[in-house]
Amino acid sequence: MKPIIQVKDVVFRYDGEENLPPVLNGTTLDIIEGSFVVILGHNGSGKSTLAKHFNGILTPDEGCILVDGMDTRDEARLLDIRRTVGMVFQNPDNQMVASVVEDDVAFAPENLGFPPDEIRTRVDEALKLVDMYDYRLHSPHLLSGGQKQRVAIAGVIAMRPRCIVLDEPTAMLDPAGRHEVIGTIKRLCRENGITIVLITHHMNEAIDADRVFVMSNGKIVSEGTPREVFSNVEALKAEGLTVPDTAELLYELKLGGFKFPEGTLSLEETAQAIAAALK
Amino acid sequence: MPTIKTQTLTHVYSMGTPFESVALENVNIEIAQGEFVGLIGHTGSGKSTFVQHLNGLLLPTSGRVFLDGTDLNSSKKLRHEMRFKVGLVFQYPEYQLFEDTVYKDISFGPRNMKLSKSEIDERVREAAGFVGVSEALFDKSPLEISGGQKRRVAIAGVIAMRPSVLVLDEPTAGLDPEGCESILKNISNYRTATGATIILVSHSMEDIARIAKRLIVFEGGHIVIDGSPEEVFSQADRLKSIGLDVPIATDLATRLRELNIDVPECCYTVPQLRDAILSLKKEGTRC
Amino acid sequence: MLKDITLGQYFPGNSFIHRLDPRTKLICTIIYIAALFAAISYVSYGILFITLVICVAVSKINPAAMLKGLKPLTFIIIFTAVLNLFYSKGGTELFSFWVFTVTTEGVKIAFFMVFRIMMLISGTFLLTYTTTPMALTDGLELLLNPLKKLNVPVHEFSMMMSIALRFIPTLIEEADKISNAQKARGADFETGKLTERAKALLPLLVPLFVSAFRRADELAIAMESRCYHGGEGRTRMKKLKMSLSDILTMVFSAVFLAGIIFISRLGL
Repeated sequence: MKPIIQVKDVVFRYDGEENLPPVLNGTTLDIIEGSFVVILGHNGSGKSTLAKHFNGILTPDEGCILVDGMDTRDEARLLDIRRTVGMVFQNPDNQMVASVVEDDVAFAPENLGFPPDEIRTRVDEALKLVDMYDYRLHSPHLLSGGQKQRVAIAGVIAMRPRCIVLDEPTAMLDPAGRHEVIGTIKRLCRENGITIVLITHHMNEAIDADRVFVMSNGKIVSEGTPREVFSNVEALKAEGLTVPDTAELLYELKLGGFKFPEGTLSLEETAQAIAAALK
Repeated sequence: MPTIKTQTLTHVYSMGTPFESVALENVNIEIAQGEFVGLIGHTGSGKSTFVQHLNGLLLPTSGRVFLDGTDLNSSKKLRHEMRFKVGLVFQYPEYQLFEDTVYKDISFGPRNMKLSKSEIDERVREAAGFVGVSEALFDKSPLEISGGQKRRVAIAGVIAMRPSVLVLDEPTAGLDPEGCESILKNISNYRTATGATIILVSHSMEDIARIAKRLIVFEGGHIVIDGSPEEVFSQADRLKSIGLDVPIATDLATRLRELNIDVPECCYTVPQLRDAILSLKKEGTRC
Repeated sequence: MLKDITLGQYFPGNSFIHRLDPRTKLICTIIYIAALFAAISYVSYGILFITLVICVAVSKINPAAMLKGLKPLTFIIIFTAVLNLFYSKGGTELFSFWVFTVTTEGVKIAFFMVFRIMMLISGTFLLTYTTTPMALTDGLELLLNPLKKLNVPVHEFSMMMSIALRFIPTLIEEADKISNAQKARGADFETGKLTERAKALLPLLVPLFVSAFRRADELAIAMESRCYHGGEGRTRMKKLKMSLSDILTMVFSAVFLAGIIFISRLGL
């Protein structure tokens, strides 16, 4: 249960913002290899800034980030770090480099200097993993948002990374697109053992995580399993966040005198718990 | 007389080419002044095409659109004027900001209406007030302010025209829960203060469930369901077969009924479900 | 509206011309343009015209689409015609008014000029209609590679071009959206004098530029995250290979050019 990413007491300010409080203010956390991690926080909590530290796009002013033991400030190891931790961003359009899907997925392996046959193998493999193989000759701008994001994920998988960080990947998608993307990354974690770090403010996306971190004002203010984190409704509301609807309902009912088993969270558990309590 | 009325409204894109597609077919709707309507449908269902007919941006392939009894498309001049009566806020409106200052950008609409300087000033301040944009931001460049503020400025730019019908396409897209709550409250307040008709286009069932009083569901260019939220969400299976989500509260209520807990069919928000369950507890339930 | 522009678009197909190496097509297009400028008479223009028609037929591209592509350029074509019509000297005078004189020579030259421009544009269109933007940039990069020895940033130019091409449809779509959003606030892009209309374009151009910069920024970060570090050590999944058809086509084009130059020397 080794950590693949370690964040140690990171402090960070953007250039030109020396007079303002730091965007990352003593952030510390570990991402364990093979797990599905969700980082929650409202807009402005620093979560996107933290995401960009995971693969060395940004480097900390104080503290350090280690990716598989490599320090992100070590410029000589930057390529290795970026091969280990891939990133998918919010805007599906602004990640596509080529006019044809398979050419775009080939971008990363081409950068890494692999021979053409190897690249072909990786591209086909990646597209099949995200279920977009049939679209390999299509033009990206004709795809739906969910499809574009899946191609972006394929573009990262082609590097065979051990970890994928996704910064609000569903923010610009409709519900169907959201389902596609979240379903894909959960499958990649479960079936292919890729560590997933999902950064989001959609509480419902965190229900199935192995570990949840809540960020506010540049710090981690709460961490644990989803059940642990979401049972603390008061604290989350104080941070300007909400909880999944099931947790919200259970909380309100508890205020009305109900008692439920600790850690009830999913739809089925909630329904069963309420039914039991009413009998 | 209904404020908005469409009669056999049909719109076909790229007619006569291999890319021809029917976006709307024979749509008949009547919306009264002051109504709060939610339009739901997945991408491609026709809802975005529909709203662009309401302010004359798109011309019907066939059929007519009436605003307060007048045919929108009877003259070019009329169509142009309607843009000020039916305010349309597109998705991610912050991407359309262009002026040097926030004040100037909000005043773009009123300036195009050829109003007097004092009238424009009044409207800008009023609109900024509705969306929570403080006057301290007036002299700043729209590029300097935060994403959430940009969106408010963009919405203010449309409200400044004092439209009697306000149409918003996914106004909460990309916002965090606090931002969503805030924008929806602003929209509600605008309606209460001005009596405007609000049409909210959204994917988010939760948003729509909270504030719309009438829901219209689009599918394949047609209207398939039109009614109150209770009526619409009690058809959860039908919505799912179209590929739409229902609020989690609705799913929960369905599951509870399967477990023999008698919650009403029409629960679609957490507060409603909570109240229903609490009242069941008071009565002392049994299997 | 804007989406109907077929300028520079690619029409998928499997014709002989589609399958040629992009380098072959680029070189042949240059040869074709050279031939156009070498031609001086009805005979040579006629030969060139027939050649173009044959190529369009072989490529199976719909001629209507070619003509549609010429539409945005009608202004330039008419301008050229008018300029040459009124300002050419020589030949017998047909009529004149005010400062302008129309001569037979003027008519002949205007005709040739218009013809040449239309042939030039159509020929170039044939190139872009039958070659994907990616193939074009790859071909261009390979052709210009020798310049790397002179420190010309060939790879960077090539990358810029392919990214620009990839974003053209996206930016056009965005321009449409912005235009609609501003129209919804009463912006008028259609009425008024030229100066008014130019000013009215600001609400369209400013957001478009701002957006383009934002995209560039985000794209750069995405590219770096996928280990982009310039052209050094970069390989390609699809390698271009010249076939016998390519070599024969180029040889034939070279002979063709020589032929045109020859008959032009003969005064035909």
